[in-house]
Amino acid sequence: MLKMSQYLNDGTVGIMIKLFKVKEKQREIAENANGKAPVKKQSAGELRLHKDICELNLPKTTTINFPNGKDDLMNFEVTIRPDEGYYLGGTFVFTFHVPTIYPHEAPKVKCKTKLYHPNIDLEGNVCLNILREDWKPVLNINTVIYGLHHLFTQPNHEDPLNSDAAAVLRDNPKMFEANVRRAMAGGYVGQTYFSRCV
Amino acid sequence: MADTATNGRWRDLDKLLLRPGNLVGPNFEPSPELRDDLQTYARVLVVGAGGLGCELLKDLALSGFRNLEVIDMDRIEVSNLNRQFLFRLQDVGKPKAEVAAQRVMERVSGVNIVPHFCRIEDKDLEFYSDFNIIALGLDSIEARSYINAVACSFLEYDSDDNPMEETMKPMVDGGTEGFKGHARVILPGVTPCFECTIWLFPPQVKFPLCTLAETPRTAAHCIEYAHLIKWGEVHVGKSFDEDDPEHMQWVYSEAVKRAELFGILGVTYSFTQGVVKNIIPAIASTNALISAACALEALKIATGCSKTMSNYLTYNGLEGLHTKVTEFVRDKDCLVCGPGVLIELDTSTTLQKFIDLLGEHPKVRMPKASVAHRGENLYMQAPPILEEMTRSNLQVSLYNLMGKLARDVVHVTGAAAVNGKTASSLRKLRIVFRGATNDGVADMDTAGGA
Ligand SMILES: [Zn+2]
Repeated sequence: MLKMSQYLNDGTVGIMIKLFKVKEKQREIAENANGKAPVKKQSAGELRLHKDICELNLPKTTTINFPNGKDDLMNFEVTIRPDEGYYLGGTFVFTFHVPTIYPHEAPKVKCKTKLYHPNIDLEGNVCLNILREDWKPVLNINTVIYGLHHLFTQPNHEDPLNSDAAAVLRDNPKMFEANVRRAMAGGYVGQTYFSRCV
Repeated sequence: MADTATNGRWRDLDKLLLRPGNLVGPNFEPSPELRDDLQTYARVLVVGAGGLGCELLKDLALSGFRNLEVIDMDRIEVSNLNRQFLFRLQDVGKPKAEVAAQRVMERVSGVNIVPHFCRIEDKDLEFYSDFNIIALGLDSIEARSYINAVACSFLEYDSDDNPMEETMKPMVDGGTEGFKGHARVILPGVTPCFECTIWLFPPQVKFPLCTLAETPRTAAHCIEYAHLIKWGEVHVGKSFDEDDPEHMQWVYSEAVKRAELFGILGVTYSFTQGVVKNIIPAIASTNALISAACALEALKIATGCSKTMSNYLTYNGLEGLHTKVTEFVRDKDCLVCGPGVLIELDTSTTLQKFIDLLGEHPKVRMPKASVAHRGENLYMQAPPILEEMTRSNLQVSLYNLMGKLARDVVHVTGAAAVNGKTASSLRKLRIVFRGATNDGVADMDTAGGA
């Protein structure tokens, strides 16, 4: 290996043009050789996610699935089957999409199952603080899954995304319970049809 | 070459390259040959042909660099014209990279600029390996993080964990937001890489969805409502594309309706773009200042005519003027630019044996590691579904699983004993196989190396 110059302790480098010159020569030689195949790289975000996934400690009501196989951890599905509360007996699927700059940014989570819930709208948007305004890089996938789980045991009318459902929960919990049952069994609540998910 | 016109043209550059000084880099030898070499051998890639990219191309060309390439996936928009000075009204709709390259070549004789109208991810590692310096004029964390990972992937360490200079791919990175900006020098293995200091970038402001849905108070709330909630309601199954002007127009008009409903002022088309794309309006003078600092650093790296800035310059022109250079330090355990732990193995070592070995290894002490190699999960200890999918690899040799490379990096995660305590950790390992040689198989760590 050639040593044209040495970088310094003070974090600067010396003259590099001589190295460039050598490289240019090599490049001319390399151009005559066969091209190399592009290689997949792993982003720092993927690596951190790898760690999160290995360390998952899921509640017994929850399962995880990787539809694109073992090498795509950035996209997965989490299925929650609540064992208490209004949503007992239902099966709810969430899709996770993890950005490449994770954990600098939160995973994007949507609910695939259409449901009647004050904090989840009919398009599957989820109002969970740690997914947006309260996300911190020290949080992880496990925290998010527990957060989702919590939405089923403790739906709250104070952060409504489905304002009709939130109003019913606040004013008439008995009716809210009946509406949830009807939606999960497959049927109409008001004008909205829900598919069976029990 | 040495006619008077040429002498006049390079007079300023020659002052830097032909004279000794006490601030010069190590081994700097002033000579006319230096300018010729700069023009002949230095190859610089400019990433981004927007506000900063236009400035960078112009500055580098005027500083004596002759072999430039530029990559950008965007087309020119009317709103770019106030600061992206290489573009004219008749250029609207054309690729930025192509027009920028053309304009600079027209104005600066002798310079050759190759444009690439594509995404940075479309190019393979060989493409990036060809350049001596990469200059970044970008506005997104994702793109910086990507280029950083590519540039750092060429870096090799010797057996004493010292970075090998001939594998170093220096970067100069500029960034501006309104009247604020930064310029930094990233010498992988020497100064902190982008990932070492990602915390320098404040996370994007995210409003709670329920606020957007129920209690909007600002123009930004109305825009984010249209973007994040209303779009999905109306366009079922069609995802929003922030680079599609029709999509943006739709979000803008929905945001206007919402703002009217709640009596909120301030929704404009350009503010809509700003909120959706998380862009702060760019100021031409900030771009010019930051680009000049970056181009100068590129010249210093190439010629050694001065010590490089160490290592992060911030500029703030908001109230008065403030600039400062901060010397950030590397994260020695950085997964992207750090050396990792060197481990020598036989080509016959199975994955199972390798995992067992990591439990004993004094520098790793990770008894139940999960192993990943270049985006491939070789073995996952958990969750059970992934463990099952990767279990059959355990009896295969790591050499085969890693594509028969003589040396490469793997990452391992698991609980590890650190100073007597057990903590979950994620480590980078440099694997070298005894007796193996590369036989032309793709190997990013030696690409471009000697
Ligand atoms: Zn780093």
